[in-house]
Amino acid sequence: MVSVRQLRRRIRSVENTSKVTNAMQLIAASKMRKAQVAALAGRDYAVKIQEVMADLEAQPRDSDQSHPLLERREVSKIEILHLTPDRGLCGGLHGNLNRSVGQFIVQSRPTSVSVIVAGRKGRDFMVRTGQDVKALFTGIDDQPTMADVLPMSNILLNDFVEGNVDEVYIAFPRFVSTVVQEPVIMRLLPVDPAELPTASKVGYIYEPDAREVLNSLLPRFVEMEVYHAFLELVASEHSARMVAMRNATDAAKDLIDDLTLAMNKVRQESITGELLDMIGGTLALEG
Amino acid sequence: MAESMKLDIITAERTVFSALIELVLAPGIEGELGILPHHAGLMTILQPGELMIRKDGTETFFAIAGGFMEVLNNKVTILADAAENSEEINEERAALAMEKAQALVASRDSDVDLEKALQQIRRAQARLDVARKRRIRNRR
Repeated sequence: MVSVRQLRRRIRSVENTSKVTNAMQLIAASKMRKAQVAALAGRDYAVKIQEVMADLEAQPRDSDQSHPLLERREVSKIEILHLTPDRGLCGGLHGNLNRSVGQFIVQSRPTSVSVIVAGRKGRDFMVRTGQDVKALFTGIDDQPTMADVLPMSNILLNDFVEGNVDEVYIAFPRFVSTVVQEPVIMRLLPVDPAELPTASKVGYIYEPDAREVLNSLLPRFVEMEVYHAFLELVASEHSARMVAMRNATDAAKDLIDDLTLAMNKVRQESITGELLDMIGGTLALEG
Repeated sequence: MAESMKLDIITAERTVFSALIELVLAPGIEGELGILPHHAGLMTILQPGELMIRKDGTETFFAIAGGFMEVLNNKVTILADAAENSEEINEERAALAMEKAQALVASRDSDVDLEKALQQIRRAQARLDVARKRRIRNRR
């Protein structure tokens, strides 16, 4: 039988754990607020630049308005930028991310997929499942800057321009709400054309000229999409961690209640037992 | 009511402006560009400078720090690297930011992100220009 002392020790250990999870919950909550604001504020730009790209892609182009980043090729190799958190203890977030990207890779067969990973959680998964990991980025902090993401977008851009890969995807958790983060796999290149009425498909006037506009707009598009995906990742990570730690703290509280009840029962039983012994003893003496 | 078109001014940080307007004057890379409703499809690079819009007959000015402008289907989308309403600009702060950025560039410190500092200078310059123009206009 479990002794009172053993139970008391377990209660203390659970209490200590709950103190840790509670502190982590508070930290995650404060980081979460900042990250959520940043992700939501940046979303307009990310969505709009995508719309602009889609409009552009839908326009008829002369041969002198072509650009290596708009090229469409038969798809024999694709590349995916997989964004995951560095740290765990954030519930099912990285599990869901890794699963969706893993499924994507399997579904793309026989097309070969090379992966660029950001975050330790994605690296572990890709290494374990033996994927072709081209580049790895870790240690990006809670407020990513353009300088953090440029190396990633540059790899994507170079590989596409040089024809090493024919399609470029990005996978990240879209922050829906504090409790919901949805893994998204989005194609960055080539861009899907928008569905426009024929009346507006008359071709753009480019200023100063098509080459120059495309040269600065297309890389910017990829950079901004990657940057924004990172903001979504950070917001998702802290939200998921906050919720996971809150659940852990709640579970610890329940466990403490259960253990306290069990401990009281054991103590009561032992007192009852001692009393009975004593009464028995006295009765024997009197008798 | 005069004919109008939809204008969105968006930066990576926020949506700065979104409404129906009658005219926009933008600092195109090759010079000032005036866009009226039903303009032909256009895609252009913007340089740092002053952006003017007319809405219900009143004019509003913005300082923008470069970006892109798309005109399509009577909709103008401006993807700016930064944009501020001229009323929001604090001229002293802009001047201070300018000095700081210039000092950074002048220091030639290897730790300094030169590209970023130059960007700051361009941004501050656009803000200052718009703020000065506003002062001159108000005096008239």
